[in-house]
Amino acid sequence: MHGPAAKIEADKAAAKKAKLGVILFLCYTVVYAGFVIIGLSDPELMGKSVIGNQNLAIVYGFGLIILAIIMGFVYNFFCSRMEDRMNQKLEEKS
Amino acid sequence: MIYNVSVGAVVIFIFFVVAVLALSFYFARKTKSAAGYYAAGGKIHWGVNGIAFAGDYLSAASFLGICGMIAFSGYDGFLYSIGYLAGWVVALFLVAEPLKRLGKYTFTDALDARFNSKSIKLTASISTLVVSIFYLIPQMVGAGDLVVPLLGLPHYVGVLIVGSIVIFIVATAGMTSTTYVQFIKGALLIIFSTILTIYILNNGLTLKPGGEAPQFVRIDAIVEDGQLVGISDEDYQFEQAVEVEGNIFAKLEKQGIIRWFKLSEDLNHLDETLSVSVAPDGTRLYNGEPKSAEKFYQVGHLTSIKVDGVEVDETGPLGPFEFFTALENSELVRFTRKEIRDEQTTVWYQNPTTGHDMISPGLLLPLSSKAGATFWTKLNFVSLMLALFLGTSALPHILIRYYTVPSQRAARKSTIVAIAAIGFFYILTMYMGLGAAINGVLDVESSNMAGPLLARYFGVGLFSIISAIAFATVLGTVSGLIVASSGAIAHDFLDNYLNMKMDDKKKVLAGKLAAFSVGIFAIILGILFKGMNVSFLVGLAFSVAASANLPSILFLLFWEKTTAKGISWSIITGILSSVLIILLSPSMFDRYGLSSSSAPIPFDNPGIISIPLAVIVLVVVSLNTQKDNSSKVENYHHG
Repeated sequence: MHGPAAKIEADKAAAKKAKLGVILFLCYTVVYAGFVIIGLSDPELMGKSVIGNQNLAIVYGFGLIILAIIMGFVYNFFCSRMEDRMNQKLEEKS
Repeated sequence: MIYNVSVGAVVIFIFFVVAVLALSFYFARKTKSAAGYYAAGGKIHWGVNGIAFAGDYLSAASFLGICGMIAFSGYDGFLYSIGYLAGWVVALFLVAEPLKRLGKYTFTDALDARFNSKSIKLTASISTLVVSIFYLIPQMVGAGDLVVPLLGLPHYVGVLIVGSIVIFIVATAGMTSTTYVQFIKGALLIIFSTILTIYILNNGLTLKPGGEAPQFVRIDAIVEDGQLVGISDEDYQFEQAVEVEGNIFAKLEKQGIIRWFKLSEDLNHLDETLSVSVAPDGTRLYNGEPKSAEKFYQVGHLTSIKVDGVEVDETGPLGPFEFFTALENSELVRFTRKEIRDEQTTVWYQNPTTGHDMISPGLLLPLSSKAGATFWTKLNFVSLMLALFLGTSALPHILIRYYTVPSQRAARKSTIVAIAAIGFFYILTMYMGLGAAINGVLDVESSNMAGPLLARYFGVGLFSIISAIAFATVLGTVSGLIVASSGAIAHDFLDNYLNMKMDDKKKVLAGKLAAFSVGIFAIILGILFKGMNVSFLVGLAFSVAASANLPSILFLLFWEKTTAKGISWSIITGILSSVLIILLSPSMFDRYGLSSSSAPIPFDNPGIISIPLAVIVLVVVSLNTQKDNSSKVENYHHG
């Protein structure tokens, strides 16, 4: 079993993963803030029908939930790839 | 509310509780070391941990609170779903992996990994304790609410039952058992919520929930110069009119029984309300009669349904999107609460609402000037959304689960499984809440029971299972919180801060004693906070967590200049400012029995003030204590 300390030594992808995390976090924050700003500045707009007879509140609200799930999978995909590649190089060097 | 007890529900309920206890004992035999007690030995599979994360997170607040809030206040309840899930984005993208690299067992250890600081040990353990207790209150309130219709017992008995069982589970087992309990419960909650949603869609919209349209008394009013002076119905006697926040209520008497009515907006008639009054001898009267008369009933119904511009009595089965379209063009009656303090009476009056308003924001937190929005209501909205976004990754009982998996990759995968499961569940809350609003199942005394009571509408079998799962939900969440609290007291405070030298056996004993104390405290608070929406209460816990813990976590991970003193002062500022604002807020004044408009702070959610305040304190104190960092412990690896 790897303890946390051993993992820190081995994980050369940490910096890149952290950077990807921050970028994805900022993207999501912008979309989330957009929801709050519409609610504040033009609440009537939330009741307007946008796609398939559904109002903006439903589309945006459900969209925020689905977006979080999709971004989670994207993040995991790239992080796992970075870990496999970068930590493999490390093993080859040593 | 008056309920008839169902034997089937009781049998399934007991079966669940026994199963949970058996499971917990089974794993308890494997828990011997301190590592096993606090963090399940770091050996849980990521998939199991992910669903357990969901089980932890989908507490009473989500299933009971959000569904209830949507049922009573429409889309605004769903804001909690959106915010709770968005919080996971912060947890996954910013906190999960770096924290896993830092920590051992608890939140305090993680914060203290970079600095070996006494003040961090103290403040972080206090913060863990305060947040856990804020989070425990709604769970206990929810537990009490559940047993009322399930077992026909008073609210406080439910709180006592949950408290005792959980203290027993935690004191005998620890984190390993709670993880598996949470896993099973999380999975069952999602499966049965899906089944309930299928029932709702299959049922569609109907004017006659349960086979008949609800009948409410309506009487013509006599109004002179804008004043209600009498009624034109000889069966009733007009006693008096009372104005409460712009609404006129009339006290009428019929055959010695007092009933309350509300004057309609057009001043033409009086509509029946539901009321609970305290009689001079102290007995509670439900719609003017003793509880045994069973004159208090469940409510919430549609008054018109339009499909493609044509009025219909029912729609038949609907698709998930058709459901919203049909509801948008329909009209329903919500029940809104007002206190008539001079008469010691609470009324819930019929509040006709369009389906359009029901599925748009603004009924609970008014945002447009038409809906009566003010600067403070808007600030309250932003504050809530901010606290929900930032609160998740600051909850100690959620953070502790990062340590129960063997690697960073597993922690990440767990979090993603959790996001997918929780996100799916939150989409279902919208259907369950709206379904409860229109099928005549709402208990006006407790918005928390909307989900389970809706299940009862579709059959007592479904009701029994859902209630049992909800009860297990509370058991699991309370267990997790008590483990986190006992960790804060025994591990962080006694062991690390006071430096009491304890062997493994004594550490576990200290943890169990701490769990016992916190459990008793939670029982008392659960009884005191009866009747409040549990999601609202959890929202407050999120505000405290986001204010006290999140600035420290994020700055520790992303700002090299953060110092131990900066963290400690930020935690203290976050706790004090958020708790103070909550204690002086309108909702708490209502709880104290005072008028909510007399509260010195005009909004409920403190995040917008307390989070930035904690950040400012952290930055200022850190910049002024830079010399401390020259001697910091260099066991921290910056990502």
